[in-house]
Parts: sequence; C-alpha cells; structure tokens
Amino acid sequence: MLPELGQVLLVLALLVALLQAVLPIAGAQRGNAAWMAVARPASFAQLALVAGAFALLTYAFVSQDFSVRYVATNSNSLLPLVYRYTAVWGSHEGSLLLWTLVLACWNGAVALFSRRLPEPVMARVLGVMGIVAFGFLAFLIFTSNPFERLIPAAAEGRDLNPLLQDPGMIIHPPMQYVGWAGFSVPFAFAIAALLDGRIDARWLRWTRPWTNIAWAFLSVGIALGSWWAYYELGWGGWWFWDPVENAAFMPWLVGAALIHSQAVTEKRGSFAGWTLLLAIAAFSLSLMGTFLVRSGVLTSVHAFASDPARGLFILVFLGLVIGGSLLLYALRAGRLEAGAGFQPASRETLLLLNNLLLASACAMILLGTLYPLLADALDLGKISVGPPYFGLLFFVLMAPLVALVPFGPLARWQRDQASRVVAMLLPWLLVALAAGVVAFFMAPQGAWKSAFGVAGAAWVILGTARFVWSRLGNGGRMTPEMWGMVLAHVGIGVFLAGALLVEAQNVQREVALRPGESLQVGRHEFVFQGVDQLRGPNYLADRGHVLVRRGGRELTLLHPEKRAYASGGQVMTEAGIRPGLFGDVYVALGESLGDGAWAVRVHIKPFVRWIWGGAFLMALGGVVTATDRRFRRIPQEKSP
Amino acid sequence: MTTPNREPAPQQGLPVVAVVIGALFFVGLVGLMLYGVMRSGDAERDVLPSALIDRPAPEFTLPILHDPSVQVGSAELRGAPYLLNVWGSWCAACRDEHPVLTKFAETRRVRVVGYNWKDEPADALRWLEQFGNPFFVVLADQEGRYALDWGVAGAPETFLVDGNGIVRWKHTGPLTEQIVAERLLPALEQVERQQ
Repeated sequence: MLPELGQVLLVLALLVALLQAVLPIAGAQRGNAAWMAVARPASFAQLALVAGAFALLTYAFVSQDFSVRYVATNSNSLLPLVYRYTAVWGSHEGSLLLWTLVLACWNGAVALFSRRLPEPVMARVLGVMGIVAFGFLAFLIFTSNPFERLIPAAAEGRDLNPLLQDPGMIIHPPMQYVGWAGFSVPFAFAIAALLDGRIDARWLRWTRPWTNIAWAFLSVGIALGSWWAYYELGWGGWWFWDPVENAAFMPWLVGAALIHSQAVTEKRGSFAGWTLLLAIAAFSLSLMGTFLVRSGVLTSVHAFASDPARGLFILVFLGLVIGGSLLLYALRAGRLEAGAGFQPASRETLLLLNNLLLASACAMILLGTLYPLLADALDLGKISVGPPYFGLLFFVLMAPLVALVPFGPLARWQRDQASRVVAMLLPWLLVALAAGVVAFFMAPQGAWKSAFGVAGAAWVILGTARFVWSRLGNGGRMTPEMWGMVLAHVGIGVFLAGALLVEAQNVQREVALRPGESLQVGRHEFVFQGVDQLRGPNYLADRGHVLVRRGGRELTLLHPEKRAYASGGQVMTEAGIRPGLFGDVYVALGESLGDGAWAVRVHIKPFVRWIWGGAFLMALGGVVTATDRRFRRIPQEKSP
Repeated sequence: MTTPNREPAPQQGLPVVAVVIGALFFVGLVGLMLYGVMRSGDAERDVLPSALIDRPAPEFTLPILHDPSVQVGSAELRGAPYLLNVWGSWCAACRDEHPVLTKFAETRRVRVVGYNWKDEPADALRWLEQFGNPFFVVLADQEGRYALDWGVAGAPETFLVDGNGIVRWKHTGPLTEQIVAERLLPALEQVERQQ
C-alpha cells in the first residue's frame, strides 16, 4: 500500500501548492494579513509531503518492489545498494520527483529565511513559488506518475541504465536540479516586484545570496556532468555541445549575468528592469532546459520516442509561466524608476558589457540548439549543429569578456578615468602577454591556443590579484562579497588555462596492441600486459592491464575496463585514468581484435583537471559571496 | 491592484517595437516547441533510413524456442511476407507493446515471427505463458548471433520482410496503435500489392 500512500502525498502536496499559489498573492494584493499568513505553513507542509513521497519511492527501490512499474523498469535484484538509492532519479518520473523535491526545499528555505521581509513581499514570493510547484506536481501526477503499479508484478526488474551506475551520476543530477530550481527564488522575487509595481533595493539585496547559491550549485552540477562524460563515455572529451549540456549551460550563462546585474541594481539602482528580465530569463531557461531534456523534443541520448502528451503538458505550463511573466513584465517594467546615471568610463558600463556578452553567448547557444528543429520544421533537411559552430562563436564572444574581467572590480561606479585603470593594469598586461609568448614557443603543438590560454589565464588571475592588492594596500577591507568575486574570477582564469591547454596539447593514439607490446607517446611509454576477466555484482568485465612509464620510471598501472551488464547486454567503457595536477594519462579499452590483440586508445590530457578546478572555484566564489552579512541586514529606510 | 498615485505616466511604458519583437520571438519559440512536441511521438523522425531497408534480410538459421531441436532459417520463411519482432523477457518496453502486437497478430494478415534476443529460454517461455503467445514461431538467439546483422540496437525492434526476403520497413522501440495504423499497415499494403 506504500506506493498508493506516496501518490496520496503527492496529491495533497498539489492541493497545498494550489493554496499557496492563490491565497498569499490575493492577500498581498488586498492587504489581507490572514491570507498572507498561509504562505509559510503551506511551504513547510508542501516540503514535508513531497519529501514523504520521495522517501516512499526510495523505499520501493531499496526493498525491490517490482510491482511498481518505475522500479521494475529502472532497477534489478543484482543492482548494488547504493545504486538502488540513485536509481530513484535514474529516469523520467523519478527525476521529476527529485526536481519537485528540490523546489520544495528551496521553497521551505525561503519560508524559513524570509522573516525579515515585509509580509506582502514574502507572501508574493512564496505565492509565485507555489505556482511553480503546482505546475510541477500536476505534471508529475497527471503524466508521469512514479508510483504507477505494474500488474502483474515483474519477477525481475530491467536494470538501471548502466551509464548511470557510476559515482559521478549519484550527485550530478541533484546538484543540477538544485541550481535549476534555485533560480525560482530570484524569479519569484522578480514577479513579486512586478506585481507590486516597484523594485526596492532592500528586497533585491535579500535575493542576491539566493541567486549566488543557485548559480554555484549549477556550476558544480555542470562540472560534475562534464567530469562524468570525460571518464565514463571513454572518448576523453569534456564538453560536447550536446543539447542536454546546452540546456544546463544557458541558464548558467544568464545566471552569471544576473549575479552581476543584481549587484548594479542593488548598489546603484540602475538596470532595474534588465535585472528583472534576467531573473525571469534565468528561470525560464531552467524550465526550458528541463523541458528539452525531458520531452524528447531534441534527440540527444534518448533512444526511444517519448509520449507527446508529456511534452504538450510541460509546454503549456512553460508557455503560461514564461508568457505570463513576460506579459507582466511588458505591462509593468516601463514604470520602474531609473537609477543613477553613469558615464561611458565606469563600472556600470563594464558590467553592461559583461551582461551583453553573456546574454549573446546564451542566445547563440539557444539558436544552435534549436536550429536542427527549426530546419526540420521548415523542411530544410536533417541538420546537426556541432562543436565547430559553438566553439568558434563562444570563443569570439568570450574573448572580449576575458579581456574585460580585470577592469571591472578596479573601475569606480558612475564615473572613472579610463587612463587610471589602464595604468594600474598595464604592467600585468605585459607580464601576461610575455607568458603567452613563452607558451607560444614552448608548446609542442597548438601554439596559438596554448598562448591564448596562458596569456588569458595570467591576465585574469594577475588582474584580479591587482584588485586585492590595491584594496588591501589602501588599508581597505575585503568583504566576503569581494573575496567571492575574486575566487570566481580566478576560477575563470584557471578554467581558461585548462580548457585551452587541453584543446591545444591533447595527444591521442589508437593502436592495436598484443600482450607485451608497448607504445611510446612523447615521454610516456604504455606497456600492454593483457586482458583478464572480472566479475562485478551485475556485470562481466574485460579488464586491461596497462603499465605506464614516464621518462623510463614506472608511473602507474592502469585498468581500463569494458563491462557487459547482465541485463540487456549493454557494453560500457570504464577508462583507466591516472589523474595529475598538470595532466591526466587516460587509457580506454576498445574491441578485441583476435589473437590476443586489443584496440587500445591512449590520451595524454595536459591540465584537464583545471577545467573542473576552475568551475569549482567559481562555485566557491558564489557561496563565499552569499555568506556576506550585508545581505542579511535589511535597513528599515530605503537606501539612497 | 495598485494605488492611484503609482499609476504610470503614459510615456513610461516599454517601447512598442521591443514589445512586438519580444512577443513575436516568444510566439515563434512556442510554435517551434509545439512542432517539436508533435514530432516527438514519432520514433522514426531521427532515424536515417535503416541500411537494411529495401535490401535482403540477413541470412540466419536459429533454433525454435519451443523446440530447440528444430532449426528455422531465412530460407524457410521466404515466400510470403512476415513481421519479425525482436523481444526479450528482460525488456519492459516489450511488455508495453505486447497487447498491441497481439492485437495485430490476431488479424492474421501476416505471420508474426518472434525473435527472442539474449534471453534465457526458461524465462522467455514463462513470459509467453504469462502474457500470451501471439507469434507464428519464436526463434531463439541466446547469444545475439544474428542481431548484429539485423542492426538491432535494443529491444523491441520490428522488421517487415516481404515474400522475396527483402526488408521493407523497420521500427525501433515499442509498437503503439498509432504506429501500427499509420506506418505498419500502409507499408504492409504496399508489400501485399507487390506480391
């Protein structure tokens, strides 16, 4: 009976969400305190109900209840215990339940930490979050019920997709969802401000940490996804511009723009309308990302067709939420107060450029992601838009942004002399350029990319250090907000070095090796020692033994595997990787070629860890910024 | 909704051009998504025509599930069209399509041949006992010997082969009423006309 109970909990959560969506907003518009007071208890109740449903589905997986269709489809009696927990979000229905749970957690957190906000603001914010939760719960209950019974019950489950039976996959989706759903907070705030008809810097200050935390989680989620693709898919790539990746990356870019524009609006009152639009855009893109990933509109890793009813439902929901928000924006945004003016040479101008470049990059990715669908709709044939388009345009749009990063923190608000900032940064620019020239001549291959990577990274990191120096040198204090900014900007530098150096200097060889034969790649020697069989809990593996020597000295013994999973016979590659701060050695096992020979793929990936290291630094920056106590003080009078 | 003193002055709204462009963009995007959703039910939309279509079906000889001592090959099946359905007892989607397949098989228009792929014979037999056996004959390919020749990526998959042993139609993923009515039956009509 437990699955039925789970279903009942979801229906109750839907009703509570409906209550939360209607009463507080109506109360705020009419000034009815009793109606507004419903918001908080409703948020907590919704969290408890959805968490209960999630726990029951988890229990169904752990106890191997194959009478539940979703469990039978995504689990198997051989599945190790830890993957029975993660199988909960291994497929559509459970992912959606996790999304709903994460949203409910944000909802509960807002309810808990919004006590300093005036009642009408709190009521509107929670009311908007209630609308979103209502949509997701309705989607879950009416089209994607995870508790649906399978009658008669299956004797054995089908198994979790082997691609997902991996430690990286345990935490990647939750992180991703926490980020996506987290953008509902600035979104709800933006809608609340539009309903109220004015944007107040005090309440805006309150939303800034939320945006930063959501963005930080999204950064970690994307980085983990990239890391997982790197070691699990066996191709050695870390980013493929796949529609699913793009769906996660677009809200990240807009979120990064939002973080910056929120700072301007909070401190200077400028860009108020733009900030609201970005907040709407960030969450709309998160919803669209969920839609694109979940509806089967764009084919990526989806093998089978999906049910159009699902896609249609979420499209209608998406259209109502986004269309309604934009309509409200069009009606109300014009009357927002303009903030203080600013001159061309000022921090505002630099942040405006930052926003324009990030927004353009997002638009470019949106176009590239949807273009195959558009071409199909206009009958232009099957077209796929690949890395050449994305890679080139992204580089073109991000290069000026990288060039501008160090200027931002050093420039003054409102009015500055360009010559002053340039004079401060000029020595560091020269150092960075010199480093680039050295890299150009030292790089064994990919000289231009290496030079750009090193020069760009040095420029961003040194320019950011220059800010810290001038701040501390003048006896100033570094606030957590500033440290967060510094960390995130250094993260950009680290990422840049990693991404461009690995693109430039990646070495890849694919050879047939017999046991005892070896392959020399640069300073590395790979000795193939043969393949043996390994029995895992629910798979059989061919495990290769590859001894790696560097400069004659033994470095490591790698064990790339090819796993054949018992159910369905899918074959998965597990690369053997020796991670290193300055580069990975990566070996993947290919096909058996007979006579004991095996196809072996070898990569040397310099600085590849810096890609994820940079992303984690950016995320850390977001978290550190959010800890600034200033955001938690809400002054009683409107700041000037 | 708002107090009178906060009513906007008429000139304060967003520029009309911006609103119109924004609205057009939004409507276009929704239209495109709607198109995508409508197409998403169609499994064939991204399938480049299978290399097997209009080519001879692979040659094979396989034991019958219900009596492994009897071997059936592609030569024996030739002469009249048949529908080859790849399934396994481990495949949950196969169970989803089973009622659809059964209903189609009961029309007796064409032989429906089961291709039991990578399965334990005992499991497969129990599965058929439980859910019913609509198949004319079930071939057992325990090791997946010929699946590669057929280009089978996963179960279920369904092939329509004409009387001359030429593959005429293929479907990846579970059959639905809609796919049977809109794709399989027209393809079958064409095959029958050619006979």
